[in-house]
Parts: sequence; C-alpha cells; structure tokens
Amino acid sequence: MSHKKTINVALIGNPNTGKTSLFNELTGLNQKVGNYPGVTVDKKEGHSKLQSNLKAIITDLPGTYSINPTSLDETIVLKTLLNSKSEKTPDVIVVVADVENLKRNLLLFSQVKDLEIPTVLAINMADQMKRKGITIDLKLLKKELSNEVVLLSVRKDPDIGVEEVKKAILKTYNSAKAFPLCNVNNRIDPAYFDRLKEINPKYSIYELWLMITQNSFPDKISEDEKKALLTFKNDSKNLKKYQHKETIYRYQKINEILKKTYLADRSKATDLRAKLDKVFTHKIFGYILFFTVLLLIFQSIFDWASLPMDLIDTVFANLSSYVNQTMPAGVLNNLISEGIIPGIGGIIIFIPQIAILFLFISLLEETGYMSRVVFLMDKIMRRFGMSGKSVIPLISGTACAIPAVMATRNISGWKERLITILVTPFTTCSARLPVYAIIIALIIPDKKIFGILNLQGLTLLSLYILGFITAIIAAIILHKTLKIKNTSFFVVEMPDYKLPSLKNVFFDVIEKTKAFIFGAGKIILSISIVLWFLASNGPQAYTDVEKNIIEKTVSQEITEVKLNQMIASAKLENSYIGIMGKSIEPLIKPLGYDWKIGIALISSFAAREVFVGTLATIYSVESDDDDITTIKQRMASEINPETNTKRFNFPVGMSLLVFYAFAMQCMATLAIVKRETKSWKWPLVQFVGMGVLAYICSFIVFQILS
Amino acid sequence: MTTIASLHIGELAYISEESLNEIPLKLLEMGCLPGAEVELIQLAPLNDPLYICVNGSHLAIRKETASKIQIIKAQ
Repeated sequence: MSHKKTINVALIGNPNTGKTSLFNELTGLNQKVGNYPGVTVDKKEGHSKLQSNLKAIITDLPGTYSINPTSLDETIVLKTLLNSKSEKTPDVIVVVADVENLKRNLLLFSQVKDLEIPTVLAINMADQMKRKGITIDLKLLKKELSNEVVLLSVRKDPDIGVEEVKKAILKTYNSAKAFPLCNVNNRIDPAYFDRLKEINPKYSIYELWLMITQNSFPDKISEDEKKALLTFKNDSKNLKKYQHKETIYRYQKINEILKKTYLADRSKATDLRAKLDKVFTHKIFGYILFFTVLLLIFQSIFDWASLPMDLIDTVFANLSSYVNQTMPAGVLNNLISEGIIPGIGGIIIFIPQIAILFLFISLLEETGYMSRVVFLMDKIMRRFGMSGKSVIPLISGTACAIPAVMATRNISGWKERLITILVTPFTTCSARLPVYAIIIALIIPDKKIFGILNLQGLTLLSLYILGFITAIIAAIILHKTLKIKNTSFFVVEMPDYKLPSLKNVFFDVIEKTKAFIFGAGKIILSISIVLWFLASNGPQAYTDVEKNIIEKTVSQEITEVKLNQMIASAKLENSYIGIMGKSIEPLIKPLGYDWKIGIALISSFAAREVFVGTLATIYSVESDDDDITTIKQRMASEINPETNTKRFNFPVGMSLLVFYAFAMQCMATLAIVKRETKSWKWPLVQFVGMGVLAYICSFIVFQILS
Repeated sequence: MTTIASLHIGELAYISEESLNEIPLKLLEMGCLPGAEVELIQLAPLNDPLYICVNGSHLAIRKETASKIQIIKAQ
C-alpha cells in the first residue's frame, strides 16, 4: 500500500499478559529505553524485521487495563493513541491479551478498535488453554471482531508466536481497514454524540469523547475545536454517567461475542494458585515469609557484591595510577587521573549491589509474589500515609534512591506517591556503606557480644533499622501535615503465579541499572570534576605552597615521599575547597567536626561515598581508595589539636554516622525528585528538612556523648 | 446494607445493580460490573484490603471501596 520502509507498531495490553515477553522476543537486543517528550516515563522501543523490505519500529507501551488513565504510566498510552493522526504514531496496534482473562482484556481491545486504528489481537498463553479447560473458536472470533486474531504462547514457543504476530501485523497493515467495534454513541445518547461529531468529522467519535473525558488533546487540534469540545465538558455529571454506561455496554458486547466463541470449563482450573495464596497471603505465615525473603535478599547482596566491588575498585585505582604515570604530567593528566577516572569508578562500583537487588525485585515481580506483598502491607503502610505499593520503592531504596523514586510511578494516589518519594532517601543506600564501614571500624571495637553477635555488624544493622524507622516517622509527620486529598483509589491485580522469564528479568535489570548509571552517573561525574578543580586550584597562597614548604624543610632530613605528602596536604588546605571547608568550620564545630571533615561533607554532595576518598586525599594517604587500613590508620591517628585527643573519637564518629544517616547528600536524587514531582519545591523540602534533622541530631549526639 | 465488605472468605455473591454509581470507573473496567459474580478469597489483617475474584479477575481492593459496593448473596 505505502512505499515507506518502516512502520510504527505499538504493543498495548493489560499488565501480566506477557506483553513485555513478546516485545523482548520481537526485538531481542535491538531495543533501547528513551523518554517520551516532556514526561519522565521511559519509552521502550526496538525494531523488528517484518519482511525483507519492511522494518517495524516497535514501542512497548506501559501496561494498562483501559485507555482511561489513572496513573502517569497509563497517561502515556492515551497520549500515544490520541495523536493517531500525526506522523510518529502507530500504523498498527497489537493488543496483547491473556487467554484466561480474555473478557477483561477485550475491554481495552474494544477501546483501541473504536479509535479506528488498524489492530491485531494477540491472545497469549495459549499453551495454558488445555490445563484451564478453555476452548476458543478462532475463526468465528475473527469474524465477530472483524479483526486479525492470533493465538500464541510466547514463553513456550516464542519463534512460532513471533512469526504469527509478524504475519498478522503485515496483513493488517496492508489492508489498513479499521472500524469501530462498539459504536458506543448509538447506545448512550445519539443526539449528544452527533453534536460532538460535528466539531471535527476527521476524528472518530470515540477519539473526540476521550478528548473531553480525559482532558487530553492531540497536538493538531485547533483552538476553536478545543473550545467547542470544552463546552461539552461542563456537564460533568453526565460525563461520569456516560462513562459508566460506555463500560457496561462494552462488556455486554464482549459477553455476546465470547458466548459464541469462548468456553471455559471452570472445574478444570487448577487450584495451585489457591494453595499458594493460602500460604503467601496468610495473616501470620505471609509476613514471616516476606521478612525471610527480605533477609535472604540483603544477605545475598552483601555476599555476592563484595567480590566484584573489590575488583572494580582495584581496576580503577590501577587505571588511575597507570594514566598518571604514562601521560605527560600536567593539568590534563590530573584531570583524567584524579577527576574523571575516580569519578567513573565511583559510579561503576555501585553496579554490582544495585544489579543484584533489582534482580531479586524483578524475580519477585515476575512470579506474581510482589502483588501479595502489596496486599499484605497495604493497611500497615496506609497508617504512615503510604500505600502497599510503597514497599517496592522502599526496598529498592536500599540499593539506590534514584530507581526507587522512579518505581513510585505506579502508585496512583498523589499524596501516597509524594510521601513515598520524600521518605525513600532515608533508607540506607549503597553509597552510605563505605562511610559507615570506615567510621564503624574506627569507633566500634571488633568484639563479639554474647559470643556470637559481632558488635560492628550490629552497629551497621542498627543504622539500617534507623534509616527505615526514620522513613516511617517522616512519613507519619508528612501524612499529618500535607493537606492533599487522595483523588485516586487503590486496586491491585493479583496475577496467577508463574515461573519467571529469565529474558524479562535480564532486560529489566539492565534497564534499571542503566537508569542509575545515567541518572546518577552524569551528576556524580560532573561534580567529581568540579570537586577536582576546586581541590587542585586556589588563590595566590595555593601557588606558593610548594615553594614555601621546600624552603621550610630544606634543612630537615625528610624523605621525598613525606615531602610530597606535606605539599599535597598544604595545597588542599589552601585550595578553593579548603577555603570552603574552613569557612563552614564554625557551623560544624558544635557537631565535633573540623574543616577537613567539612571538606569531606561538602564533597559528599556529589555522592556520599566520596567522603572516604576526600579524607584520604586530605590526610595525604597514598590516594588508593581500596586500602582502607591505611586510610583508617591515618584517620585513627589524626589528633584534634585543641584537646590533644583523637579526632575520630566515639562522639565524633557517632555524630558523623547520624549525620550521614539523615542528611540529603545526593544531588542526583534531588534532580530525580524534581523531575518526578515536576517542581523544585519537593526536592527543596527534602534537602532542607533532612539537612536540619541531620544537624540537630548530630549536635545532640555529639554534645551528649562528649 | 450488604456489601462486598460483609462477605466471608469463600463466600459467593452477585454485585447489585443499585451500586452502579458507587463503583469507580477503573474497577468497572476491570470487570467489577453489576450482575457479576464476586467471591472473597482472602482478607489481610484487620480485614483490609480484601482479595476478591470478580468476573474472573483476581483483585485486591481496600475496605473503603468494598463497603460501597452492594451485593446480593448467593443462596
């Protein structure tokens, strides 16, 4: 029909229908995640060859039960479909349905059909039909729907399924026929809809109706038409009534069709689901199981991640010194070996932990278990102003707050979502660990109590618990103070249990890890470079440092290494960042910190773990982040000149631990929160609120202990 | 008023025509229609949320919503 070589195909379907599996099979590794213009929802796109001369760009739209959106993700579906008369929108839509829930899936299908876009219906999980006692008259169904229908089992026979879908897409594209299935207008209020149609006959009635009910207009619509449409909107009572009528009519129509074509013998449905639900949603065992799963996850993260993390650390340290020695000395050498390479290393080091955590979360979601957790936790979380769905972001937050904040998108109530976003950074993310590790090693004796419990490990565990409890308390306070009405309501589908698809899990982990690398990575890297600049440049005094020290020490017997260390240390003191550290010293003195710790605090705003590296530089230890013992020893021997006692004594260490537990020292998270809440107000609230809390608590801790 | 919230675990009922305007659109769209069969599968502690199977869809809804949807109990 058309001569263009590429067509646009969109996959749409209810959650848990295997839509993403189909997408992964169609596109394989030819996929990428981009952004929809102006919104933050990820756009998954890939391409697939339909014929030798025809390629399809395939978009995986977020899972939805209906075109009428109730969450941010679902709004994307509506927007994509409503712009159907413009360039970049789908030529063919594939509605992916699950054979067991065909009736409900057909509701979405009927809505898409009424938009008069060429559509393919792909009924997935056909291999389950026999087990569930389902029979379908495919030929008659095609006729009744006047549409291409394919039965497939993406999990079991991916190749056959994919070929069938491709064929159906081609056939539908070439015939390009599209007409409504339901003609809702005739059944509700024909006169009303006739008047609506007059506004612009180019659009289907259903399209115009959606523009009114969803207050969402295609780019191409004129101002006059928009005004005319808005006059229809005034009667909101009718609008709601008509929407209800529309849905009921759609189901009537679907029931009529399925009566002739679809037969389900309920007695054959297996009771595996019921048996598993009895355990997983049990009032007592359900919780025990959930907390056991959580413990196992955290345990494995620590066990599995430490080896690759050490490896990454060593590789980057070696790379840094290699570049430093091989490149000609100068600013460029310093920039690369001291700014860029450690900056990138500081991002890569977190990948093992983050990837492992997301591997588990993805597995739990794929199997259907996560919905049971949401069910179990909803009432408890609601007391804190959140939703059962907030559990997933709060767990993710222990890896990194960035993907965690993004995982709040499917929480439909705005107040619940906002509170979840605001408190997530209290959970102990992986960037806090290096800081905790070194301070704990300094101030807590490596002793066992009661013969088994390691005191240091216990302190770390307490910090995790402190993070969670603070998140909960903050949520309660926000719940009581925020005057926002929850407009949306809560409904969660409890999907059938199934074995996870490793392919889906793999792509999911890749996608979320990428979100961290590119979300946090860019900011961590650029701040690392800024910090490097501030630390290696300074006013006049800075340039004179080297000369002065050499002059001063010329008569003394000192090694070259020692001399270089003295110069590096004095240079830092006189650099811009040294000056900044000194200027905040009066402010942080009541917390027990000096200007050197002040520098580390400032540089921690790039990412918390920079704390260790900065102190290493300040104390002019051989700048090898990996070698904790040397940094530790140097920190342990640092003396507070005013009291002549150890700088990192118990009160200072505790004060620092508390500060790092509470303070919002992560620019990348602030940037993501701004993006997700669409205003600077909330990241600012977070920054100030958490900062003040950290300051006050550290102050109290230090003053009481010292 | 007999609503979904008054069901016992394992009990069957039909959604009454009267509650049409009380059912949120999203729930309607997920198959919770007047006339549809509804079964209570499980209750979370404090009887909230409710895990129901309606019209073949397995859903969890909050008590607040469930107590607005009237039902006729199956005999």
